[in-house]
Amino acid sequence: MSQQYLRARRLMWIMFAALVILHHDWWFWTDGRLLFGFLPIGLGYQILISIAAAMLWGWAAVYAWPPEMELSPAETAVTSEHH
Amino acid sequence: MIPLVMILVYLSLLLWVGRLGYVGRSKHTAIDYFLASRTCGPFLLVMSIFGTTMTSFALVGSTGRAFKQGIGVYGQMASWSGLIHSACFFLIGMKLWHFGKKYGYSTQIQYFRDRFQSPALGTILFPILVALVVPYVIINILGAGATIEKVTQGSFPAFFAASGGGIPKWLGSAVVCLVVLIYVFGGGMRSLAFANGLHASILIVLGAITLFLVVGKLGGPVAASQSVARLRPDLLVRGAVAGHPAHMGQMEFFTFMFVPLSVGMFPHLFQHWMTAKSAKTFRSVVLLHPLFIMIVWVPCILMGIWAATAVVNGHLVIPPTTAEKSVLGMMVNKLTNKWVAGLLGVGIVSATMSLDSQFLCLSSMFTHDIVLRTFGEQRISDRQRILLGRGLVVGIVAVAYLLSLVAPGTVFTIGVWCFSGFASLFPLVFASLYWRRVTSAGAIASILAAAAVWLLLFWRSGWGAQEDFLFLGMMPVVTIFIASAVTLVSVSLVTRPLAPEVVGRFFPQAGQSLAGSFSTPAMPDVARCASLPS
Repeated sequence: MSQQYLRARRLMWIMFAALVILHHDWWFWTDGRLLFGFLPIGLGYQILISIAAAMLWGWAAVYAWPPEMELSPAETAVTSEHH
Repeated sequence: MIPLVMILVYLSLLLWVGRLGYVGRSKHTAIDYFLASRTCGPFLLVMSIFGTTMTSFALVGSTGRAFKQGIGVYGQMASWSGLIHSACFFLIGMKLWHFGKKYGYSTQIQYFRDRFQSPALGTILFPILVALVVPYVIINILGAGATIEKVTQGSFPAFFAASGGGIPKWLGSAVVCLVVLIYVFGGGMRSLAFANGLHASILIVLGAITLFLVVGKLGGPVAASQSVARLRPDLLVRGAVAGHPAHMGQMEFFTFMFVPLSVGMFPHLFQHWMTAKSAKTFRSVVLLHPLFIMIVWVPCILMGIWAATAVVNGHLVIPPTTAEKSVLGMMVNKLTNKWVAGLLGVGIVSATMSLDSQFLCLSSMFTHDIVLRTFGEQRISDRQRILLGRGLVVGIVAVAYLLSLVAPGTVFTIGVWCFSGFASLFPLVFASLYWRRVTSAGAIASILAAAAVWLLLFWRSGWGAQEDFLFLGMMPVVTIFIASAVTLVSVSLVTRPLAPEVVGRFFPQAGQSLAGSFSTPAMPDVARCASLPS
């Protein structure tokens, strides 16, 4: 496995752990401010967590992609024949 | 009548979509029936997985819970789910897909039997998985019947006086079961994936449309939120504020992260993973799934908090004592028109119809893990497997429908606990993929420990009577999960490791790709395990 892949994989786990920690937004626990006049700040923050989760896994699916995942077409054909 | 017509149109559309999956596309093979020949592309996979994981709680429950508890519900359930579900798809689902394609698995039990070379493990796990899926199926059947009864109330006073003129639950449930049966029977997984794509599309657009129409009646989003800030500021936060008690504890909020781990062990989701055309198909799933959850949940949460202070013509739209499950329906009925009410009915029915995946999954489990295993893979032809699968779908739908007629009201509570059950089996699947040293004894002990602690805590909650039951201030799933994980690790460390050649099949050496090690044909691996004595 390449160093680049291992680095990306490590970074993926670090970012995942960071998002798990950041998800627990105790600093907005009693903050009732409204963003744009209507969006509760605690809800707005959690929306950002959702977007960040999509970005994290979207990034991981490109840069921390396990290189061994794809089967070659010939191998795939062998598997299918047995069904 | 408009809501009823819309639901009937939707059910007809489902039948048509289901037929598309069958006519001209079916290859009339068992793998095509159960796994769509492992050919689902990115769009179909992302939509079918999303449609399967979303239940009617995403619409009705989320709005009602936000009405009572405020915005915290989103962080507790939706954003945790976005983060954890995609992690499970990327770290668990994709790897299982790879081994499924390589070794020819159709069910979880086949994987676990082969991974641990333990028929006993499959024997223990099978009834547990079935027991955890069945309440989930019954809840969906009941939910569909209840929704149809509610949205059709007053339509047939002469025929159904006992149910307020609405189509009674037993009949609504029967119609939904029949529709699902027809397309699952005919096209199997491909029809099901198409239908789930339709369910998902409805869910994605429904929240935004409803929000747009409701907020207009409340004077716009700013006026609606300002009203909440003035009268119910507690709904804009999670902690105690302005004399209102806190809606949730910090530990409860944090430990909710364990609940979405259940997707790692859902048997019906395993089956959907197996349908992927390639590993790269998962890329769109991990990216879009959190965004789709957000698109469905945010409008519902906003409608929930706005409902608490919504006033029209000097009257509160939703009285404070309203039951959670009625909030969204009342908002729509009072603030919009019958078309939107009909659309909401369609959305709820479509959310409950994720039961189609569970029907096919149970059929596949009984076919592969019981019948083929008992009578031998070689003795049952491909054609017979399809017939068997279809016959089992009919039987399972019939039994599930009959069970729904006699199910006690507590089935809903049991359903919630089922998620904890699946989540507590997460250490098993994770260790099987990422820890070479895990043993079959450790795996079995872990399952038994999870089952024992689950039963103990379920009993402590008064068999689910305490709806907000916490153990040591945390969600009960945490304790069950820890018991399962600790048992798995400790028993594995003191028992004999699996043979290196077995482990090697799932953990290729550095530099040797899994694809590169792919030299043995698929079915013989499963067949070899199937031939081991029970």
